[in-house]
Amino acid sequence: MSDDHATADSSLTPPPADADTAGRSRRTEVAEIVGLYALCLFVALTVSAVLVMSTGGSWTDVYTAMFDGSLRKAGRIGLTLGYAAPILLVGLGTIVSGRAGLVNIGQEGQLLIGASVATYVAVRLGGPGPLALIVAIIAGIAGGAIWAGIAGFLRYWYKVPEVLTTLLLGVVAANFMGWGLRNRWLLLASSEGRANRNQVSEVLAPNVRIPRLRVFGNEFPISVFLAVLLAIALAVVMARSTTGFRLRMLGNNPRTAQRAGVSEKRYGFVAMLASGGFAGLAGGVMLAGGDFGSYQLVANFGAGIGFAGLLAALVANQRALVLIFVAFVFGALRSGSGFLRATGVSARISDVVQSMIVLALLLPPAILYIRARRRALAAASSRT
Amino acid sequence: MGDFWSAVADVATNESAYRNAIIAAVVLLFAASGELAAEKAGTINISIEGMMLAGAFAGAVGQEQTGSVLLALLIAAVAGLIVALVQANMSHRLSADQFVVGLVLNTLVLGVVGFLAGSNEPKTSLVSRWKVPGLGDIPIVGPALFDQPWVLYLVYPVIPFMWWLLYRTRWGLEVRAVGEDPNAADVSGLHVNKLRRQTIYLTGMLSGIGGAYFLFARSGRFEDSLIGGRGYIAIAAVIFGGWTLKGSVVGCVVFGLVGSFALTIPSLGYKGIDSAFLAMAPSLVTIIAMALFAKRVRQPAALARPFIRGLK
Repeated sequence: MSDDHATADSSLTPPPADADTAGRSRRTEVAEIVGLYALCLFVALTVSAVLVMSTGGSWTDVYTAMFDGSLRKAGRIGLTLGYAAPILLVGLGTIVSGRAGLVNIGQEGQLLIGASVATYVAVRLGGPGPLALIVAIIAGIAGGAIWAGIAGFLRYWYKVPEVLTTLLLGVVAANFMGWGLRNRWLLLASSEGRANRNQVSEVLAPNVRIPRLRVFGNEFPISVFLAVLLAIALAVVMARSTTGFRLRMLGNNPRTAQRAGVSEKRYGFVAMLASGGFAGLAGGVMLAGGDFGSYQLVANFGAGIGFAGLLAALVANQRALVLIFVAFVFGALRSGSGFLRATGVSARISDVVQSMIVLALLLPPAILYIRARRRALAAASSRT
Repeated sequence: MGDFWSAVADVATNESAYRNAIIAAVVLLFAASGELAAEKAGTINISIEGMMLAGAFAGAVGQEQTGSVLLALLIAAVAGLIVALVQANMSHRLSADQFVVGLVLNTLVLGVVGFLAGSNEPKTSLVSRWKVPGLGDIPIVGPALFDQPWVLYLVYPVIPFMWWLLYRTRWGLEVRAVGEDPNAADVSGLHVNKLRRQTIYLTGMLSGIGGAYFLFARSGRFEDSLIGGRGYIAIAAVIFGGWTLKGSVVGCVVFGLVGSFALTIPSLGYKGIDSAFLAMAPSLVTIIAMALFAKRVRQPAALARPFIRGLK
């Protein structure tokens, strides 16, 4: 029997393991999976290296510089953490919407709106330091949530695919922020005592900044801890709570969810709000954290963090705890690219490396899934 | 506000506004006509943006190296096809999520193109304008449609060709069947994912040509912001058009007009409207248009649902 389905299926399917060799075959399976990931990563890094060499750069210089800039040189780990925190936050939001079966790809815009609202509130609002900071950040969360909420509203009440609206709203958000930065009554700083006439907002007062810690010469804002705590909390909520279960059900099978009494509109819309809220929080944290500019809103404030967070969530395959690690790696790619100027290679290579890694990491789960399906089908057909 | 409406009136009678509108609409048309086939087969190509950008860059390099615009367009088609190969095989041979793959491809192409163009910017030029005798003299419509850079005329045969391909060939029927009910199509012996891959290849080639066309007709100089989200607007045009060819063409022209008018208003000397609002106008109009039309049209039943045999 087993012979005949082995020939019927492709050569990818090994014959079924006997009971006494099951332990060994599981070990080879794990080895295969690890090998597959390693191979894909290796190919991704090789292609990036070839690209560097094709423009006359040295890939060893590039990789050394990125390693130095992200981890090895003094104080760089702190910067990596400072970059990783908003990436992690954006990614957590992406997990919430992704688990509910939504494709929110406008995090960059939600982040900008969050940062803009937080800036407005932080600059206008007086009051004692920590309180003003918290109010500003909550305002940022609300801003991001409302921005994503528009797309959620259009998705559930007007059947407009959220893939496109979130993205297009990102363009609108960037222009909106640009407009705010050109108007004194919104975000633009007063020109008194400013050397340049760039479009920047007022600098946050020292008492509405997120406190920074120094550990072994590495300095980072305490929002890093907040991000990690939220990641753990989200993992628990997703795995252990009714809400998390309902969200997952909605994402995996909307029809089952409907039969079980989970309102698609309600849960989906709330997931979208939460997703944007996380992006808005990331914006607020970037603004008040100090690793992105000098505590003020500038023209290209987003710096691609929204996109990096989205990609990180995809690489982590919607798992919050894995995301902590992925966000750290992406933060490292970003802080590492800061050292690239010395090598003469454009810092944009770090974008290439990042996308290559993401693409490479998408392959193994897809391959493994198809193999598992083939095996299941073969087993099913041999049974009949 | 009166100032605004008089500005709109001035723009609406401005010949070059229409000419630019058609130039902007045609780049959407190249992409949208391919995307329509892909969506009819049940797959949404977010990577259309990357295909167009890859085409534009390859076209720029092609023109610099060969000096021939036709060869450059051919190279652009190949570049678009390469992006399409990755998209199609990862999402419809393996089972990676089509949006995820598309999105990553967009960032990858943007990164690679930005990196390569930054280290060695290709030198390119606009192609010359050809006036179609007779037709080009009609007021407003004539200059917009028949007195344009000659690469624009390439889109004219593409549209009827796509109609013929989708509605008058066996392949087109199979594509539409796959997009409506992949399980039934599979049972009747169609190779669902293969057909989907083929539509993506077609989209890749057309979008690549579209990107290069835009370079030659619009700017003549390559920048990595050249495409700047037009791929997404092309997808929106297909939705706006209710997944019909006619509707998609209308959608492309509407979005082209909005974009062009937004650009023309400041050039006529009206300063009352902040440039940010003009820049966001195409996106905003696209969103509003989709909100108005998305509910009234019927999308291909299996749109954006991956097909894996044995799974509903």
